[in-house]
Amino acid sequence: MTPYNQIDSNKRKTWAVMFLFVVLVTLIGYIFGQISGYGNSFVVFALVFSTFSSVSSYYFSDSLVLAISGAKKVDKSVSPQIYRAVENLCIGAGISIPQIYLIEDTAINAFATGRDPKHAAVVFTTGCLTRLEDEELEGVAAHELSHIKNFDSRLMVIVVILVGSVTLLADFMARSFMFRGRSRDDNKANGIIMLIGLLLIILSPLIAILIQLAISRNREHLADASGALLTRYPQGLANALEKIAADKELLEVANKATAHLYISNPLKNQKDSVSWFANLFNTHPPIGDRIARLRSM
Amino acid sequence: MTTVLLVFAIIAIVAVAIWLTYNTLIVAKTRVQESWSGIDVQLKRRFDLIPNLVETVKGYAKHEKEIFENVSKARAAMLGAKTPNEKASADNMLSGTLKSLFAIAENYPELKASENFKELQDELSDTENKIAYSRQFYNGNVLDYNTKIRIFPTVLIANLLKFEEEQFFKADESEREEVKVKF
Repeated sequence: MTPYNQIDSNKRKTWAVMFLFVVLVTLIGYIFGQISGYGNSFVVFALVFSTFSSVSSYYFSDSLVLAISGAKKVDKSVSPQIYRAVENLCIGAGISIPQIYLIEDTAINAFATGRDPKHAAVVFTTGCLTRLEDEELEGVAAHELSHIKNFDSRLMVIVVILVGSVTLLADFMARSFMFRGRSRDDNKANGIIMLIGLLLIILSPLIAILIQLAISRNREHLADASGALLTRYPQGLANALEKIAADKELLEVANKATAHLYISNPLKNQKDSVSWFANLFNTHPPIGDRIARLRSM
Repeated sequence: MTTVLLVFAIIAIVAVAIWLTYNTLIVAKTRVQESWSGIDVQLKRRFDLIPNLVETVKGYAKHEKEIFENVSKARAAMLGAKTPNEKASADNMLSGTLKSLFAIAENYPELKASENFKELQDELSDTENKIAYSRQFYNGNVLDYNTKIRIFPTVLIANLLKFEEEQFFKADESEREEVKVKF
């Protein structure tokens, strides 16, 4: 797949994800309304809620993710090294310079976000600045800029927010069933618990599909390759990935929803995250595989 | 009657084909021109940094007259260059003379220690990186455009409408680094 196909497919998928989200939440709202006896008023609530979160995630998800990650905006005077690297790569890629953010953390990681190249941000941990050589940092920055250029960042960040709100909604409905369940007889309560199970069964493949849409492994490989094409030095990114792989430190501000944004899994798959749900987020191709591909370029 | 209709249909199809092709070619050509201005900005920036640099070096190394002359010659050549080819060779000449200027600076520890000199050196090497990156972007666009006008059937329309190949901005042979990228 070339970057050009990737851009079209990403834009299509973004609309598909937003549309699917509205349809599904409304459908679930309808079912919930019928069963719980709230009636059709709940459909309206679900429709408004889903449309609102879809549209607002398109415009505001990047700021939200930046806020969740505790990233602070920097300019040329604060960190000339990173500013120059990003500026030069943007000249090479022919895109406008994104805003640059730093996360105070000694772990090495980075991600890109934004709905298009004109409204984009790249985020680095301070560990990137202190522990990577210039050409390694450039490799990482080129990988992130490729995500922006290919419109990967738009799709990925919208999925973060929509998956987050589906989880929130499911949680809300489950609690509401539980609350109502207490006042009824046991028989009814059993049926309700089964229903919650059913809802989760409906929801989980949806969540899985959304995530897989956002983070096919090809996306990472493609960003690696386009990044290498931009710097003309694949070894830079390969060395950086090696350092990241050797690093056992976790990134504190990352959570399961934002994990797939990062250049390399910030959770490092520690023991407690290896549940079936966490496996859905095991989104990055094996780092050794990526290094091997870069080395062979 | 049918033949007349057929002829009209063919003329209409050809006209639409020419129209669409013309538009794509214009877009590609505009991209080339736009990315060329990107290189120009960086070349201009470097051009403006040089007098400052020469003055600073002169302050510590008055006797190296020959090198100053070479730098100002190369700078003048830059001013005269118009086409990408000319600019590329003038730029390479300038890079060469600047290299020898910096080599001379090695012999003057006071010059090397001067804050002003260090700053200029930083600025220049940053500008050189930027020239390299804008050259890469420009050459990518030229490649795209040149390929378009050489591909059949576009080549017929391109010849008809007098679209000509654009020049690449060539790097100095010694600077070139080959990297193969496989997808």
